[in-house]
Amino acid sequence: MSFDIKKIREDFPILKRKVNNAPLVYLDNAATSQKPQQVIDCIVAYYSNYNANIHRGVHSLSQEATDAYEKARKTLQLHFNAAHSHEILFTAGTTESINLVASGFSELLKTGDEIIVSALEHHSNIVPWQMLCERTGAILKVIPMNEDGTLQMDRYSNLLNDNTKLVFVNHISNALGIINPIKKIIEQAHQVGAAVLIDGAQACSHIKADVQALDVDFYVTSAHKMCGPTGVGMLYIKEAWGKTLPPYQGGGEMIATVTFEKTTYAEMPHKFEAGTPNICGGIAFGAAVDYLNSIGFDAIKKQEEALLSYATEQLLQIDGLKIYGTASEKTSVISFNVSEIHPYDIGTILDKLGIAVRTGQHCTQPIMDFYGIPGTVRASFAFYNTKEEVDALVNAVKRATMMLS
Amino acid sequence: MTIKEIQEELIDEFAMFDDWMQKYEYMIDLGKTLPLIDAEKKTDDKLIKGCQSKVWLNSEMQEDKIVFTADSDAIITKGIIAIMIRVFSHQTPDAIVAANTDFIAEIGLQEHLSPTRANGLVSMVKQMKLYAIAYQATNK
Ligand SMILES: Cc1ncc(COP(=O)(O)O)c(C=O)c1O
Repeated sequence: MSFDIKKIREDFPILKRKVNNAPLVYLDNAATSQKPQQVIDCIVAYYSNYNANIHRGVHSLSQEATDAYEKARKTLQLHFNAAHSHEILFTAGTTESINLVASGFSELLKTGDEIIVSALEHHSNIVPWQMLCERTGAILKVIPMNEDGTLQMDRYSNLLNDNTKLVFVNHISNALGIINPIKKIIEQAHQVGAAVLIDGAQACSHIKADVQALDVDFYVTSAHKMCGPTGVGMLYIKEAWGKTLPPYQGGGEMIATVTFEKTTYAEMPHKFEAGTPNICGGIAFGAAVDYLNSIGFDAIKKQEEALLSYATEQLLQIDGLKIYGTASEKTSVISFNVSEIHPYDIGTILDKLGIAVRTGQHCTQPIMDFYGIPGTVRASFAFYNTKEEVDALVNAVKRATMMLS
Repeated sequence: MTIKEIQEELIDEFAMFDDWMQKYEYMIDLGKTLPLIDAEKKTDDKLIKGCQSKVWLNSEMQEDKIVFTADSDAIITKGIIAIMIRVFSHQTPDAIVAANTDFIAEIGLQEHLSPTRANGLVSMVKQMKLYAIAYQATNK
């Protein structure tokens, strides 16, 4: 299928909007993606036609809703190439997925055990582990980063030892867009018997991860980064870990039998899915993954790489502009500053011109401290962005620089 | 001049501009002329943390008036600070406590005083008022 950008943009109603009297140029895709009509229609169809609680009714509506929800789970299983559909858990998002694993491990870890995280992590991937360490007496170690935004892999090898129980790294860093060598990270962790959780929140809109080929233990993401709705996400949990980890929350759906003496837990995935889930969100998550696959990840990659290299080349012609995260393995994210101008000032002027970017620390204060900067301006591109929008960005940055110098 | 008079004056000044660019350029210029807060006063206890930009605010009593000095690491934030200082500095605690910041909306810069912007400005204005209330209390 050829890549018809005009047709693709037609799928996203929000892209027709104006902001501050200028056409919206949406370059904050790393924060959340926009939603195609196909996903919006799916949400409307659910509430209009077959809204019912799932897994508990014999009536037809409940059956339809259950079937659609489980079909979405199957869609995710196939997309991420999980061995079983019960290894796919629906959660509220990346943050909850991480907390679910952290909570499970709080019963498995003991004083002296070690956890490794990377210096590139999102706060949501640092804080739960710090809390876990406080609860269990485990020690948190950090893989340091290089100037170009890559991880110091030799330091990682040295951090691994028999006490290492868990390693947590993001697939792609949200502040810089650098792709981490997760296959190598997983292999080395497994050599010392440690489990690995990969945070795929930034990766899943760009790369199709294969959890079996990676041999990863936990892989997490949020639907809203993948053209799906907010409030729903995924935890891939390798079957063996699903059996080992205790349930996360108590409630309906997650039990097999209940008496006041003893409750036995349901099998995966229900063991980890207490209460009525975000049914519509789960179904729409499946629709979003179908949508991305209908565009095709090869086509997405090609378009985003073209945008990235064009934008990088154009932005670098601006005097005093510095890009953070310059390693070659990266996705369509450009984090930058111009001379000593504060990122907040540039972001404010860009907004006036209808251009949405993110400014600040991007929930990654350790990375900003590493570079000794208050933050960056981050432009993040999706497959529905265009070369013209890159031009609009570059012109706006020039204008902002002129006003602010 | 009273706070009200200064606010009217600012509204008139900004009324000269018919597009946002000129308005912002003027505001940025005001930020550049902001008398700097003494370096030794830029301590952590004077720091108001916005998630996006930082603001330092110092207050001193000179006779019966409060004198504010302030700074920010972002120039647009500094522009708004310059406006606020022109309005609230060298005024009595009573006048500061009684005043409001509705004039910012009339100038067309209200988005900068939105709490969701996390630039520290909302907290700064609140802090100015709190200083005024504190001085009021100690003088009575
Ligand atoms: C790398 C990374 N991890 C975790 C998160 C948190 O995701 P959510 O807020 O959807 O739970 C984000 C979102 O910005 C992210 O970019």
